[in-house]
Amino acid sequence: MIEINTTKSSDELRFLSPPKVETSTKKKYCRFKKMKIKYVDYKDPDFLMRFLNEQGKLLPRRITGNSLKFQRKVAQAVKRARQLALLPYVSDLLK
Amino acid sequence: MNNYETILILNPVLSDEQVKESMDKFKKLLKSVKAECLFDELWGLKKMKYSIQNRKTGFYMLFQFKSSPESISDLEIELKRDERIMRFLTIKLDKHAMAYAERRRSNLKSKEKVK
Repeated sequence: MIEINTTKSSDELRFLSPPKVETSTKKKYCRFKKMKIKYVDYKDPDFLMRFLNEQGKLLPRRITGNSLKFQRKVAQAVKRARQLALLPYVSDLLK
Repeated sequence: MNNYETILILNPVLSDEQVKESMDKFKKLLKSVKAECLFDELWGLKKMKYSIQNRKTGFYMLFQFKSSPESISDLEIELKRDERIMRFLTIKLDKHAMAYAERRRSNLKSKEKVK
């Protein structure tokens, strides 16, 4: 005799309701404002490397989380560093 | 009188006294345009991320000076004429950049003391 247990309904419920995926997006912050950095130096490539992807291209603001003012300063510093051959224009496996 | 900062890339085949000589030449150049050299630094031979004038390494020099805006153009004409200099970049320093340069210079000095 198959023993019908009462928990079957909760199984059905489990399938009906969508699985609860908590999508807590981490609040992005501008690291320059937080750490009170006022000047982006074009002479140290290791710091600027964090704002480039593997091909050496500049990362967009939505990924770096920079404010507009500092994203422009970073872009200008990267372009100056590229001219001084401290950073490559194009590269593969930069990291 | 604004503050400027110039980085020179010299071609790497120079011997030591040629490097010294080109450094003094640049300093004389600064004096000739009535600029006052505040700070100079030799980064030495560095490997470049891409080849300039098909050379893989370059000799980097950093100069920080104070000068009037008009004299920058003829300073750069002199730099273009010197064929030992592969590339140069002159930047005007605002107050944040000046503060950064001072801080960088002070901890450079403290590092030298530690050595």
